[in-house]
Amino acid sequence: MYEIKHQSRGLVSHGTTACAGCGLELIMRKVMDVVGEDTIIVIPPGCSALFSGFGKETNLKIAGVQMNLENTAACCSGIRAALDAQGNTHTTVLGFAGDGGTLDIGLQALSGAFERGDRIMYICYDNEAYMNTGIQGSSATPYGASTTTTPGGKRQPKKDLMMIAMAHHIPYAATASLQNLNDLKKKIEKAKNAQGPSLLHIHTPCPTGWRFHSSLSIELARAAVRTGSWILYEYENGKITINSKPKELQPLETYIGKQGRFRHLSQEQRDAMEKEIKENFYAYTSMLERMNVPVETV
Amino acid sequence: MSYKMLDGNTAAAEALKLGRVKVIASYPITPQTVIPETLSEMVESGDLDAQYVRVESEHSALSVVTCAAMAGVRASTATASNGLALMHEVVGMTSGNRVPVVMPVVNRGIAAPWSLWCEHVDTMCERDMGWLQFYCQNVQEVLDLTLIAFRVSEDARVLLPTMVCLDGFFLSHSMQKVTMPEQEKVDQFIGEYKNKNVYLDPTDPMFLSDLTGNEEYTEMRYQQKLALDASVTVLEEAFKEFEKEFGRKYELVEGYMTQDADVVLVALGSMCGTAQYVVNQMRKEGKKVGLLKVTVFRPFPAEYIRKLVGSASVVGVFDRSAGLGGDGGPVFYEICSALRNQPTQVYHYVGGIGGRDVRVETIEMIYDELLAIKAGETTQHTEWIDLKEDALELREVIKNV
Repeated sequence: MYEIKHQSRGLVSHGTTACAGCGLELIMRKVMDVVGEDTIIVIPPGCSALFSGFGKETNLKIAGVQMNLENTAACCSGIRAALDAQGNTHTTVLGFAGDGGTLDIGLQALSGAFERGDRIMYICYDNEAYMNTGIQGSSATPYGASTTTTPGGKRQPKKDLMMIAMAHHIPYAATASLQNLNDLKKKIEKAKNAQGPSLLHIHTPCPTGWRFHSSLSIELARAAVRTGSWILYEYENGKITINSKPKELQPLETYIGKQGRFRHLSQEQRDAMEKEIKENFYAYTSMLERMNVPVETV
Repeated sequence: MSYKMLDGNTAAAEALKLGRVKVIASYPITPQTVIPETLSEMVESGDLDAQYVRVESEHSALSVVTCAAMAGVRASTATASNGLALMHEVVGMTSGNRVPVVMPVVNRGIAAPWSLWCEHVDTMCERDMGWLQFYCQNVQEVLDLTLIAFRVSEDARVLLPTMVCLDGFFLSHSMQKVTMPEQEKVDQFIGEYKNKNVYLDPTDPMFLSDLTGNEEYTEMRYQQKLALDASVTVLEEAFKEFEKEFGRKYELVEGYMTQDADVVLVALGSMCGTAQYVVNQMRKEGKKVGLLKVTVFRPFPAEYIRKLVGSASVVGVFDRSAGLGGDGGPVFYEICSALRNQPTQVYHYVGGIGGRDVRVETIEMIYDELLAIKAGETTQHTEWIDLKEDALELREVIKNV
């Protein structure tokens, strides 16, 4: 049993060791507000592990375990199976991992759990690199971003986690952002109540890794959506809803111009990148819309 | 009392069923495949009330099972060879979190070169990971030692996982007559699964396995060491009660004609049956040879070894793994360490790897060498006892064909 040292509001302790302006911390607080005490969380090593705690202290007031980097989904499946075996269908089993633990090393276990249809809730907070080990590039690092292992800027675009999830036909998957907390909370609620595997892929500004001022986290989350760099949509029982479709996309500079990780890009490269992102936004959203059209009317 | 004809794999599955495991997650790998097949059939038919999680890898298999046990139920998996190697990282999670999982492991060599067949290298690579390890001589032992493993692993003085090791094909695919214990008696012997130390329970939250600094880490490892030490007593108790209830006797180490032996061979697993036969034959010729069968390799029963070696001044140790780069193999080190304050001479043998049969002639050769050394006729011994003469000329490589 825990000895509560500080009666903080909610299930996350008052102070944490997250960096100032950390997007992940805000996500964790919002997630805990919605999922509540009747939850078991699995966290891999990574930034989210600071909520597991250190030594005798933890930042979460719920039951949880820090397992390996690549088995978050499998561990959730094991807990779900044990709860089901004991007739407990009410407890939420939540996996909470970063982009490296999800799109890279944890993808196999995640695919396994999705394919089996195990009723687990999986959150990928995507800060677009291995931040806890010191900003190494991951398959979620966007095109052009400089990290310690892509010092000249990454030459490939992000891996598309949502398409991978949808290919498994899971009941609920969505992208989310800190730019709209009501939208985020609504999606957490839906993910929690899904009758099968659910995925939330949440864009997570990281002042340390993206090199921006810690006061700008929400502003950058918003800029990512408004420039078309992060597309908000839901996949719910086979139906896709695009949650934010700006009439006109903002100049990309409002997003990348405030981040050190894109500083090395020339004006020419920035222009090319803006064109690419805009084209991708329209192509991608129209593809999503077409995916909703019933087959017989095509 | 009933009897069944079972191979080692089916015996392992029957033992997990008798243990009433509630969560099973297993990934197929030769020669273990029959275990997950049999268990999934049992679940499908309703013979076993359990959740079967059809995982996509061994890494996930042990992850599922470890977390399921943390969440309150008896859970099990089984693997072999490269599968165990893939699990390695989670193997440490299971023992470090003191989760009493019982896992049959069908011993097989680790690639490369690819081999499907028996060798102990897979489990020997895991010997320092804080699990108990039992090595089975026959199919009955597979069944019995798995049941004993539940009892010992889950004891509050131990709370550590156990690998029940059975030789690939020699046991996994060998049909033998097995005495089946009654379910009620097994229930009584093992007891109900209950989390005794750490658990995942939303009504009494705990956070498990967080980052631990060097001010506590050493002490946690020491606690594991003490638990392994304590498991010797728990094993003794369990063996005694098992004998009383089921009529079959087990020991951590079994001495076979070691009392008055001039030379003793130490071995593990299925080859012990052959070795006992050789001992019987050679005894008829008046040769005083004996066998030490190590059933429990972790915790290593050094005290028992010292007592059982008795008067024998020459000991041979058979490693069914190559112990590459070492001054001998893993069993050899342990025996040398156990006998370090005795004048006993210890000789190392490697053999039976990659499925090579450990034949009567091989064991006779070892005993003859040890007897010759004992008699002062030679100081030479053949470490790689079943090596072919053309070891360096196996295949001709033709390039640019």
